[in-house]
Order: sequence, then C-alpha cells, then structure tokens
Amino acid sequence: MTYILHFLGFGQGGWGAALLVASGVTLALSVLGFLLGAVFGALSAGGRLSRRLVPAGLAKAYGTVFRGIPDLLTIYLLYYGGSIALTQIGKFFGSAGFVGLPTFATGVLAIGIISGAYQGEVYRGAYQAVDLGQFDACKALGLSGFQSLRLVVVPQLMRHALPGLGNVWQLVLKDSALISVIGLVELMRQAQIGAGSTREPFIFYIAAAGLYFVIAVVTASVFRYGEARAWRGMVHA
Amino acid sequence: MKIHRLAAVAAVLGMLGFGQPTLAQDAPKAITIATEGAYAPWNFTNADGKLDGLEIDLANDLCARMKVECTIIAQDWDGLIPSLKVGKFDVIMAGMFITKKRLETIDFTQPYAVDPGSFAVAKDSDLGKLGLSGEKFNLDDEAASMAAIEKLKPLLKGKVVGVQAATAMLEFVKKYFGDTVEIREYKTTEQHDLDLAAGRIDALFAQQTALATTLAKPEFADYTVAGPGFVGGLFGLGTGAGLRKEDTKLKDMLNKAIDEAIADGTIKRISEKWVKTDVTPVK
Amino acid sequence: MIDLAFFLEIIPALLAGLPLTLQLAASSISIGFIMALLLALAQQGNHRFVVWPIRAFVAVFRGTPLLVQIFLIYYGLGQFRPTLQAIGLWWLFREPYWCAIIALSLNTAAYGSEILRGAIQGVPRGLVEAATASGMSRYLTLRLVVLPLALRQAIPSYSNEIILMVKGTSLASIITLVEVTGIAQGLISQTYRAVEVFVTAGAIYLTLNFTIISALNALEAWLTPYRARV
Repeated sequence: MTYILHFLGFGQGGWGAALLVASGVTLALSVLGFLLGAVFGALSAGGRLSRRLVPAGLAKAYGTVFRGIPDLLTIYLLYYGGSIALTQIGKFFGSAGFVGLPTFATGVLAIGIISGAYQGEVYRGAYQAVDLGQFDACKALGLSGFQSLRLVVVPQLMRHALPGLGNVWQLVLKDSALISVIGLVELMRQAQIGAGSTREPFIFYIAAAGLYFVIAVVTASVFRYGEARAWRGMVHA
Repeated sequence: MKIHRLAAVAAVLGMLGFGQPTLAQDAPKAITIATEGAYAPWNFTNADGKLDGLEIDLANDLCARMKVECTIIAQDWDGLIPSLKVGKFDVIMAGMFITKKRLETIDFTQPYAVDPGSFAVAKDSDLGKLGLSGEKFNLDDEAASMAAIEKLKPLLKGKVVGVQAATAMLEFVKKYFGDTVEIREYKTTEQHDLDLAAGRIDALFAQQTALATTLAKPEFADYTVAGPGFVGGLFGLGTGAGLRKEDTKLKDMLNKAIDEAIADGTIKRISEKWVKTDVTPVK
Repeated sequence: MIDLAFFLEIIPALLAGLPLTLQLAASSISIGFIMALLLALAQQGNHRFVVWPIRAFVAVFRGTPLLVQIFLIYYGLGQFRPTLQAIGLWWLFREPYWCAIIALSLNTAAYGSEILRGAIQGVPRGLVEAATASGMSRYLTLRLVVLPLALRQAIPSYSNEIILMVKGTSLASIITLVEVTGIAQGLISQTYRAVEVFVTAGAIYLTLNFTIISALNALEAWLTPYRARV
C-alpha cells in the first residue's frame, strides 16, 4: 500500500500533484470543447431545421461524417492538417509567418467539432419536442424570430436537451483522453509519462481510471441537478 | 455586415498568434529547436519536465558558437517533420537520420553523429549468445553487409521485433528482415521497451547508444545488444539537424558550427559524457 | 486540384486494414453481446450480491475512457507477466489482438447490458403474467415471450452501440495493431497529406457504418412488419 502511495503521493518522487494538474487540463479541455461544440451544434441544428437545401444538406453531412468517423481520425486530421490549413488562410489575409494552433487549442477544436455533431442532434430533437402551441403563441404576441427563440423556445428546449447533453458530456470527457496522442499533457498523457518513467503502468493507469471516474460521477450529478431545476414546477414526461 | 464578418475572422486569426517570420536568406538572431524528449540518452525529459541529453548539450554549444539565441522544445516524433515544414520551429535535433527519403521533403546539415543500428535480444536466445560483435557494416558495401544480414536471418527467424514507427530503423527491418520476422511498430521507444520487458516482443532494433542506455536498467538484466551494427545505405550519412529547404543561411551557420565542434573535440567530449563512446562522424 | 493518382495509391493501402477492423469489431460485438445479455438477465433476479458487482462493473466501464481500459489491459497487465504465466493465461495477454478484443468486449458488454436491461424491463408486465398463468416456466417465458420482444425493442439503441464499437476499433492502432486508422496515421505522417487520407479513410468507415445501419434497419423491418407503412 505504501508502495502505491509513494508513487501517487505528493512527496518527493510522487506523481500525485502532476496527475491532479493533468486532471485540471482534462477538465479545461473538455469544458471548452463542449462549449465550442454547443456553438457548432446550435448551427448544425439550425441548418437541419432549415427549409433550404444547402444548410440542411451541409448540416446533415456534418452530423453524419463526424459521428460516423472514428474520433481518433478526426484528431489526426486536425493535428497534421490543421496548421497547414491555418497557415494558408493566414497567408490569404497577409500574414508572413506561421499561423499555428498550440496542442491545447487543437484538442479543443477537435472535441468541439466532434461533440458539435452529437449536440446538433440533441438540439434538433429538443427543438422538435417543444410544444407547437408555444410557437403559435409567440407569433400571436408579435415576437420576432430572434425574440421568440431567446425568450420562449430556448429555455424550454434546454429542458428537453439536458439528458442528451449529459450523455454528450460523458462522451467529451472520454474523447479528451484521445487528445493525448497529439502530445497534450492531460490526464491520460501524464499517466503514460508516469508509467514510462517509473515502469509501473498498472498503478498509473488505475489511478487515471479512478480520476476519470470521479470526474464523470461528479459532473453527472451536476447535470442531474440541472435537470431537476429545469423541470421544477413542471410535470415530467 | 460582410466587412464586419471579415474583420472578425481576421481578428480571430490574429489572436491565434503569429510565429517567427520565414528565415530564408537572413541570418537569424533567434531560432527554435525541436526534439522528441523521449529518446534517452540523446534527448529526454527529466522528472521535473526539463529537457536534457546529448543533443541538448550539443544544441546549446552550437548556438553559442553561432551567437544565436535558441529555444528548445519537445514534440512527438511523428509530428516533427510536418511541423517543421509548416514553420512551427526551425531546426530538428532528435536523433534523426539523414535519409534519402527525408531529403526529398526537408534539408539536413552535415551529420554530427554516427551511431550504428543493432538488435537487442534476450541473453539466452540464439542471437543473444553471440553477443555484441563490435563489427560495423556499411550498407553501401552491399557484399559484406548482405553476408552479415544473411548470417543473422536464421537466428531471428520467426521472432517478433519491435521498432519505433516512422524511423529509418523500421525501414531497415522491413527491407532486410521483412520476410523473416514479425514487425511491431510503436509510437515511442518507451513503449517498445515496456513490451520487451513484458516479453511481448523478442527483439528490438534501434541505435546502439539508445539500446545501451535502456538495457542498463535493472529490468533488462536478461537482455543484451547483439550482433553487428549497421550504418550507411538507407540509414544515410548519420544523425543530422533537420531544416527547411529554403533556410540556406541557417544551414551554412549550423554546418560551420558543427565543423568547429568536431574539430575541437566538443562532440567527442559530449558523446563520451552521455554514451561513453565517441560518435563523431568520420570526415 | 484533386490528385487522383494519390487517391488510387492510398485506397488499397487503407483497405488492407479493413479485415482487421472487421475482425475486431465482429468479435468484440458478438462476445460483448453475449456477456451483455447474461449480465442483463442476471440483474432480473434482484439478488443483492449479484446485482451490486454487476452495477459496479457497468459503472466503471461506462465511466472511464476506452483508451484507459485498453492501456490498462495491455500495458498494465503486461507488468504482471510472471503471475499470468504462473496461472497459464499469459498467452492471452501477450498478443495485442486479444488484449484489444478483451478491452472492446468488456466495454461493449457494459453499455450493452444497460440497453438490454432497459429493454427487458420494457416488456409489458401483463404479457409475462399471462405467460406464467398459462403455466410456462421462467425459462420458457424468457425464451418465447420476453427475449423476442426485448431484443426487437433494443435494435435502435443497440445499432448505435455497434457503430460506436466500429469506431472503437480505431483505438487498437495505439497498441500496435495495423487496422485502418493505424494505416491512415502512418500514411499521413509519411506523405503529410492529411486531408486526402482523412477523406479516404473516413469514406471507408462511413461506407461500413452505412452498410451496418442498413442491415439493422432491414432486420428491424423484417421483425416488425406491422409497423411498415405500405
């Protein structure tokens, strides 16, 4: 037992602090990726619900491609191809040098794109679950499209979206482990470094699994609390 | 609306940060050198996160000679060349061999080290019993090296060999032993070391100095470097610093510094500190 | 412009990894399904000492990333070679192929057992009571009434899980297995043409997914003819 604590503890030669810092990176990566995904998801849902062919087609393609292709492949695309693409775009705007994304930003972008595809589906389903009468009422009151979205539809939509979003969040948390392959030192990578350095892979990967589990459980309860608040005063379906 | 959008995009790109301007023909005052940070004793990361190793010492020495300010960063092996080409840094010093294939896309300085590639196997295996033969075969000398390779083949038949992916080592094993052994590719040397210790693979193929450092660790007590070492041929001229093709001025500066370092024995001194052998290339 | 020659070069290279991808997916999905079914059924008995360990297993495997699970089983258990050799199981954990299948199967078993558990509980109670009233044994009820209905109910959710498993096989590339994603990564780092390789490899996976979803849709239509709109 002391043997295990020696490696995971906070003293000399202990990796506890490094692992906790890395968990923080994982959380930051996941939260930012999830929020970026919310933006992409909202756009995607908007596209899907549109009556015009181009937005609907693009949104459907986005959702199908990034939900159907392994996340690892998407991450490789952004890591190897991202800097090249950005530098080209930068040159177009007149920049002389390298326009690069640090690994953290690449990770956030990758998670944003992947979770956006899933979140798009969630928002679309939630939008369609809002009672049609609400839309009629908005028109009757003379609210503009934007106003009705902001004041009426989105608050109700979020209520239906929360369970789905909770699932996507768990997916985001797990995908953050994949960002380790592009060199970012988040929890998975730190566990690998520790395992390689001390030749004790079992201890480190169990510790990593434990930390992921704790983060998953704690954040799941945050979503449950959110759901309870969203349904307060309402009769749950 | 359109102008606002354009401005917004430009602002976002601006925030992403612009790196060094392209160097080309001007003499640079400051450069960024990238290494792997996971290839002891050439370049590795200490427990406290700092980079250390033979190439770090050499890089600092060369930069002092060139009177240029250097920043050394670490990057995963398989991302080194793509990132160099895109401009993320200016020089690669990561135990990278100067191979014809790589010369198609990037340029190299002259070699600053020559270290043969060898197998590491269990002491009690067929090859292990032969031990390190100390011979070096240059693959350019086809007759002699092919003879040595043919002698090795029966000793390795059917074994599982671990190699780091995207290296000249892998090309060597694939080309000469592809039909004799089962090859497993690993992202880092650390991973294939772990699998050797776990007994999942029977042999490694890597640079002799790196192998010696690995096998010095206690869990590899039953393993040894064995057989001859191989240089030349698809291994190229040796280990050199990778550069973009258009950075000709930087290449000249580095070559001059490397010449000086070879001439006054600095490379010999640094290499004996880290690997107890002299890896200076023969001119 | 589109470099057709390049595409023609990489397509066969990538397709070479498809058999392994399919093998990993098919094996782990089948093994995982059987395990999921057993776990779901075991939880119907409501015995505390059976249900709690199963719920713990499910929580752990759903709550941690698949990558961590794969690394644990491959590198983590590799540390215990002497012990495994002593109990004669080393041959299993020595090969990355079996380690990948074990990790993937356990993972899909955890998710699958939740899907099947929900589906079994979703069978209307009245049908089960009617079966018992007709004198059917527990086993017969299960075989003739509960399982056919539950499995049919589970097809949409389970098809999601199958797609996730196909994507999961890509993680096997991290423990030296040469399947499609592993080959794609090698190609990208050799040729630096990420977009083309991504598009081709992506197309392979999308075609695979499309085939699987169509097959499952056909299966569902065949099993529920009364729902088809003429």
